[in-house]
Amino acid sequence: MSAEPTGGAVADSLPAAPARARTGARGRRLPVFALSIIGAFVLAALLANVLSPADPEEQSLRQRFTPPVWDERGTWKHVLGTDRLGRDLLSRIIWGSRVSLTAGVLTVLLASAFGAGVGLVAGYHGGRVDAALMRITDATMSFPVILLALILAVTVGPSFVNVVIAIAVILWARYARVIRGQVLTLMELDFITQARIAGASAARIILRHLFPNTLNTLMVLVTLQVGYVIIVEASLSFLGAGIPPPTPAWGSMIAEGRDFVTSAWWVSFFPGLAILLVVLAFNLLGDWLRDTLDPKLRQL
Amino acid sequence: MARFVLARLVQSLVALAILSVVVFVLARATGDPLHLILPMSASEEDYANARRYLGLDRPYVEQYASFVSRALTGDFGTSLRARRPVGELIAQRLPNSLRLAAFAMSVSLLLAFPLGVLAAVWKGTGIDRAAQVIAVLGQSLPTFWVAIVLIEVVAGRLQWLPAGGIGGFTSYVLPGFTLGWFVVAGMMRLLRSGMLEVLDSEYVKLARVKGVVESRVVWVHALKNALIPVVTFAGIYFSILVTTAIVVETVFAWPGLGRLAYEAISSRDFPVIQAVVLTTAAIVAVINLSVDCLYAFIDPRIRYVR
Repeated sequence: MSAEPTGGAVADSLPAAPARARTGARGRRLPVFALSIIGAFVLAALLANVLSPADPEEQSLRQRFTPPVWDERGTWKHVLGTDRLGRDLLSRIIWGSRVSLTAGVLTVLLASAFGAGVGLVAGYHGGRVDAALMRITDATMSFPVILLALILAVTVGPSFVNVVIAIAVILWARYARVIRGQVLTLMELDFITQARIAGASAARIILRHLFPNTLNTLMVLVTLQVGYVIIVEASLSFLGAGIPPPTPAWGSMIAEGRDFVTSAWWVSFFPGLAILLVVLAFNLLGDWLRDTLDPKLRQL
Repeated sequence: MARFVLARLVQSLVALAILSVVVFVLARATGDPLHLILPMSASEEDYANARRYLGLDRPYVEQYASFVSRALTGDFGTSLRARRPVGELIAQRLPNSLRLAAFAMSVSLLLAFPLGVLAAVWKGTGIDRAAQVIAVLGQSLPTFWVAIVLIEVVAGRLQWLPAGGIGGFTSYVLPGFTLGWFVVAGMMRLLRSGMLEVLDSEYVKLARVKGVVESRVVWVHALKNALIPVVTFAGIYFSILVTTAIVVETVFAWPGLGRLAYEAISSRDFPVIQAVVLTTAAIVAVINLSVDCLYAFIDPRIRYVR
């Protein structure tokens, strides 16, 4: 019941793609747009306390639902307007970037470390170890991420750490699959045989010879998945199973504004725009990295 | 071929078995459901009685064994919240989810195919660029946000379509589109890169030299082989569809399995949670199994691996 049906076997048996086909219109130019968006949000996350114009949790009921500044009722004090409790939206979005980016990066790092480990071990040992590990990987992959995260959120209560764990617990499988497929191909190459003849230990071959050769793929996957994790985290916060209030998280901000879309569209709109921009930037960067580092890696 | 199918079948069953254990443990770990069922004033004795009545006082292993043996006959117990057989709830909700998923899938296929193929054929033109934008947006837009925006604009301001619930054909459009967009994006990109690769190959050149009409070269000769990676990923897309459906069904008040899951989890209704997760997993498993078989059928090289 693999979610990636024939897994590594498919990747191996497909004819190698002609490199030419990939280096098309979106050549090797640096993705300036993506990098500047990511840079801006990273900056916002790091310097949230300096950059945000107001306290993200400070309520002021008299100023609730102030529209953005370009509306005639808007003020420069709240550039993007305020929410149901009169909290400054811009400040909440700036603080929210800290939550989203940390969740995204942390989850992906955890998942990729574990997944790559499993993939390396499975690919190196082959045989029964490989078969057993891949069955577990497949079972994990077929488990809907959001379902597990919802269950965990109810189990141990919604919290930042639980969200990270819930997503990472499923996400590693993708890395394990892809890395294992690569290791299988690498194992056929002469330098591994030579390392063996030279008497290198299993640990040494895995760490010094196999691992560095999977780094390109790993980097592409990591970048592409940061965006995905940010969306999943936001979906969970939206469903009330993510980061609990009053911490400003983009997903829960959208949920809070949902009932007022008709009268105060900006409350839901701007956090959604923030998610869109960050995820878009990570996807563009990931695509560019794939085209540059690892053209054979298919769309993942 | 028969051996391949059999091996895949066994693998699927093993994975399902592992999953059933995980689900069982997780559902038990979601806290004591009795706190939600019984009134605040319930005494210790009421708790003990309820526990015994629902079989929650027996050892976990025993609970699991009876769960599995009954699940195999389609009996998933009684919903703690709705006090109705879980099987009945699932039977009621599942068709709605399947219909929505089928609608979303067909919309995605109808959009992804022409877009993906044309983007490859007219690489670098306006169509190609438009297709790329649609694709990257589809993968970057948060579903629930798209849902809210669509409900507000299309259903609210313009009043073109219903905002939620299940009804005639029109009620499928918004949730179906929201659900399908992500799949369109992924599939289109796969088709495009697949087509680019294939259009460059020797046999396509030969077909052209032989004088085959260009449209036939593209839509028959090339597309056939470009389809292989799409088939491979069909299983993944389906799992994504299932996950996304939880969010989409919740926002659009769609009476499907996804919303049932959300409701069951928020009320710790674990017979329902177990049943929903296992049903979903079983469906994903069946889809993947058929994809694998289809795949082995299309591409004989696969049958001999492993």
